[in-house]
Amino acid sequence: MRTARTRPNVLGAIGGWLWLAAVIVPIYFIVVTSLRPQSDYFAENPLSIPSNPTLDAYRTVIENEFMLYFANSVIVTLAATALTLATSLMAAYVVVRNRTALTRRTFQLFLLGIAIPLQATIIPVYYLIVRMGLYDTLWALILPSAAFAIPLTVLILANFLRDVPNELFEAMTVDGSGPWRTLWSLVLPMTRPAIVTVGIYDALMVWNGFLFPLVLTQSAETRVLPLSLWSYQGEFSVNVPAVLAAVVLSVLPILAAYIVGRRQLVSGLTAGFGK
Amino acid sequence: MSTVTTEPGVATARRPAPGRGKGSRGGPSFWFATPALAFFGLFALVPLVGVVVLSLMNWDGLGTPTWAGLDNWIRTFQDPVTRNAFVLTLQLTALSWLIQAPISLLLGVFMAGRQRYRALLSVLYFLPLLFSAAAVAIAYKSLLDPNFGIGSALGADWLSRDWLGDPDLAFFVVVWVIAWSFIPFHSLLYQSGVRQIPLSMYEAARLDGASTVRQFLSITLPQLKYTIITSSTLMIVGSLTYFDLIFVLTNGGPGNATRVLPLDMYLKGFRSYDMGGASVVAVILVFLGLTISLLLNRLSGAHRMESQMEGV
Repeated sequence: MRTARTRPNVLGAIGGWLWLAAVIVPIYFIVVTSLRPQSDYFAENPLSIPSNPTLDAYRTVIENEFMLYFANSVIVTLAATALTLATSLMAAYVVVRNRTALTRRTFQLFLLGIAIPLQATIIPVYYLIVRMGLYDTLWALILPSAAFAIPLTVLILANFLRDVPNELFEAMTVDGSGPWRTLWSLVLPMTRPAIVTVGIYDALMVWNGFLFPLVLTQSAETRVLPLSLWSYQGEFSVNVPAVLAAVVLSVLPILAAYIVGRRQLVSGLTAGFGK
Repeated sequence: MSTVTTEPGVATARRPAPGRGKGSRGGPSFWFATPALAFFGLFALVPLVGVVVLSLMNWDGLGTPTWAGLDNWIRTFQDPVTRNAFVLTLQLTALSWLIQAPISLLLGVFMAGRQRYRALLSVLYFLPLLFSAAAVAIAYKSLLDPNFGIGSALGADWLSRDWLGDPDLAFFVVVWVIAWSFIPFHSLLYQSGVRQIPLSMYEAARLDGASTVRQFLSITLPQLKYTIITSSTLMIVGSLTYFDLIFVLTNGGPGNATRVLPLDMYLKGFRSYDMGGASVVAVILVFLGLTISLLLNRLSGAHRMESQMEGV
């Protein structure tokens, strides 16, 4: 609270440090365990610093196709996010600049998509994907992930686009540019901050998604990271350091992103919910 | 940070929309919206209708669905497992909210403070958000291992229980792990909410001699009204979809102690190959989610949906 400058808030500080402990202990446990040799896992105190630190667990994970799963996750995340952003930006442009009853209805449909737990539609999605012959391909993950991200993305981009002054659009029209050119040289640059923010949110959702990969893919060739953690758990069973090393490796790319662009990531996560 | 965070938010602060001119000269044709609409329609709206249709069919996931009428519905309503799942879901939703809402709010207020150490702690508080639900579940599974987990580390007997093997405990473990992974997100919402409260209100209150607690109750809480509503809606509707975390952590067990509705849907459909019954559960979930969203929206008087429509 702001009064703290005048009188330190002791209770607040205690609570704050307690929550820090709650957050850090599990993470610390993952890291130290992943650095332990498998034999020491059963012998040493689980929260102690490893007496014989080793990267063996990481080697085991890398040797077990980790890079393939990683590449799959990257492909799916990039493709789904790009698809979402491209289609949503065009839709947001229509929502803001084309004022007809049809547009209004369309926007209401998108809003409905935000209020409904779409995961509940997984069974018909599975049916569709099987019928389209896409089962167990990366497309089976890209297409539905993009579709589910569209409503919120359109909403956020449209809200942002509404603040672009009318005069700018009129100037474009006077210059004789059509809607495609306006989209490219006015809408896209003006909404860039919002595109970055919501793009990060969408990408994180896809990157961490578990239900679609679980239901819509099967083979190791199409496995993505979150699902691989689950299957490593079955594969390595008693080799707990290796399982936890996989967990650490799966978090590293996002941790790197967090360190590089903390502000962007934080605002991306609260995209559209900020008040 | 707050400036970046609020950018989309600021836009919602209904400002007269530009381009009141009805004619929409030079505006894009509706066709620009069709790619998004087609995607969303095919993979979200069609399945939404499809799930209702499938709830009236028998389907094993491989062959051709056949008509079943209301059989699935009657069977599912009589199924003690689904009934149990329904009760568990409501308990999980209520308990999750009771734990997450106050902690998130207090943490958000704490994080909004300008002290150095608070800024540092906020950076660390964020860490759970980097983990996928599968990663969190796997981490906690090892951490709570009765023999090689936290219990043996601290040598405390009360900590070395079979947390996930005891039906009475497993449910509370699930509640805690969900709180651990979602509180960071909600405290971020509260942090940005608190930072939008005008400082002058606190200055005035201090001049009047209001205590810290008093300021919190009379300024911070009422000013956070909309953040509380948004965050609570997300928490409550979100509780209906907790699947991945519980799936990896307990797979609904021990017994059916943590088999909530989304898990019941998955296990019925993709383990017992009863897609009809699973679709019934799915329809219940959609119905619950929609009802709660609309109800909270009504209750709050915020009409977020409608205010979003302004200027369209």
